[in-house]
Amino acid sequence: MARFLQAVADGISGGAVYALMAAGLTLIFGVLDIINIAQGILVVLAAYLSYALSVHLQLDPLLGLVITVPVMFVLGVIIQWAFIRRLRGRERTAMSLLVCYAVAVIIEGALYAEFGGTPVTIHMSYATSPTAQVHVLGFYLGYIYLIGFGLAVVAIAGIYLLLYRTKFGRSIRATTQDAVAARLIGINVDRVAAVTFGIGVAVTAAGGMVFGATNAFNPDSGYDLISRLLSIVILGGLGSIGGALVAAMFMVTLEEIVNIWQPTWAVVVYYAALVIVLFLRPNGLFGKKAVRAQ
Amino acid sequence: MTTARVWQWSGSLLLLAAAAVFPLAFTNPAITNYGVYTLIFVAAASAWNIFSGYSGYISLGHAVFFGSGAYFTGIATRDWHYTGSQVFALLPLAGLVGAILAVPFGLLALQVRRHTFVVMTIAVFFIFQLMAYNLATTGGTSGLLAPTINYNAATYNNPFYYAAFAIAAGTITLSWLIRRSRFGLQLRAIRDDEDRARGLGVRAMQVKLSSFVISAVPVAMIGGVWWYYTTLVDPSSGFDPLFDVAVALMAFLGGLGTVAGPALGALIIEPAELYFQQQVSSGYIFLILYGALFLVVILIMPRGILPTAGELITKWLTRRKNGTGPTGQRPPVGASSSEVDPTTDDSQGQSPRASTASGLA
Repeated sequence: MARFLQAVADGISGGAVYALMAAGLTLIFGVLDIINIAQGILVVLAAYLSYALSVHLQLDPLLGLVITVPVMFVLGVIIQWAFIRRLRGRERTAMSLLVCYAVAVIIEGALYAEFGGTPVTIHMSYATSPTAQVHVLGFYLGYIYLIGFGLAVVAIAGIYLLLYRTKFGRSIRATTQDAVAARLIGINVDRVAAVTFGIGVAVTAAGGMVFGATNAFNPDSGYDLISRLLSIVILGGLGSIGGALVAAMFMVTLEEIVNIWQPTWAVVVYYAALVIVLFLRPNGLFGKKAVRAQ
Repeated sequence: MTTARVWQWSGSLLLLAAAAVFPLAFTNPAITNYGVYTLIFVAAASAWNIFSGYSGYISLGHAVFFGSGAYFTGIATRDWHYTGSQVFALLPLAGLVGAILAVPFGLLALQVRRHTFVVMTIAVFFIFQLMAYNLATTGGTSGLLAPTINYNAATYNNPFYYAAFAIAAGTITLSWLIRRSRFGLQLRAIRDDEDRARGLGVRAMQVKLSSFVISAVPVAMIGGVWWYYTTLVDPSSGFDPLFDVAVALMAFLGGLGTVAGPALGALIIEPAELYFQQQVSSGYIFLILYGALFLVVILIMPRGILPTAGELITKWLTRRKNGTGPTGQRPPVGASSSEVDPTTDDSQGQSPRASTASGLA
């Protein structure tokens, strides 16, 4: 039972970071109606950025966020502006997947060229060492998980404030509801799309930092990440940030629990849960009603 | 038979004959090696297109069938002690396995549409890959090794070449038959507007599932050929996410939803990929080049080679016809463009005729 509760605690604290990365993905989907399958490799890229800053400039990864967040934001805006914006027409869904995939492949190649394939980890002496953990209510939680949880809460709260308390957030929500109508009432939809893509990518800076501090990663890690993130956003219902939160906690906790008994099958259970939930609720847990086919 | 038809037929037959004598003309094993892999992808891309190209449901899970075909052939060869050319007799069974797997897979995944469908296929794909890692019968991480064959080294590749050739030719024929059938029309109606197609009496689920199952068969068979040729399947090579993306890219490059497009795409991309992999020693340069090429193709020619070429030819023919019209005079620019526009608009537009209008396929 203790192990079970520990697994739940690990799942919730670990799930928060996935929730943050997935929130970016689902935000992008809501506004642009595309799935950014480069999100996985972007997380890895952000992790490498934090890693490089901490190794070469001895910059603390937490402090490094001041640099990595704007960098990732600008990168996101560039990707949207240069490639995604140009896609039109019936095949847009499929084309956007392929374009994002191409971007992912290029980033992967560049990361291999720069850092090689040897797995690395971000070191934060005060947060990632085995003794750096806190003992609460019988659980052991590493500081880094607490930091990750905190970052995720702050970032998601920030996104919520932006969406529901600012004028720009209102135009994002309007575009999500109906891009054509939003354009008609004078919203600069292209700008909204670019900024949203930037925000969606910027959250990978924080996500990547925590991911890199809790996992050994190499440029190949993007594939595993993106398949998990996709499962989370689909399970939560595409476009729903709250859904992504719940789904991330649910999936990671489920995996941690199965991990106690059957480590080899834990990931199978993860994807099987996704398939079963989608079979019962085709729009995910909190998805909007079915979109009419293109 | 119109002249265009005659050209199409003679062109296809010529290509078929050229492909059939290819290993006899180029006996160098290094070249026939290119031939085998290219035909494997011609078959896979054409089969993928029968489902994804015609129905508009983009599947990134066809590696499930590819890997299952490879694993089935491997397991059957091991357990039933097949050797040499006997193994090829297992290929139809591998196809059957693909079809049987496609039924529950399709029933699950085809409940949802668009992005969700894509992610559903990816999820099923990962379940299969993890099963290959974890089940007892698949040989785990080390995979399944094919028995050594005592073929003559000089013509070693030929049996594989012809097996892949037969499957590829069969797939393209099947794709062509489906495209001109009522079934193909129903599929394209689903692609254009599924709800309206339902309203018109298309049994959408049945049609989608049938084409999903049909497209799984050649992919599973070609997976068996691939396993016997490369002599090894392990979970990461049999169930390879890059396979799905490569097949989709080939179909897109050639022309999604056309008969010849995916084959053309495979003929261009696979040899280029093999060549690059040999020339560029470091894998990462290859990745960057591959991704960049990919982006350029998609952004410059979003609809693929065949539809774009068909459009250009139609435009050119129309202009020529106008130029030598009954009056014998070139009509003024404005008039000409207004006459040309309907055809070009049609082939660029969203109407079901778009694909038919852009000829060639």
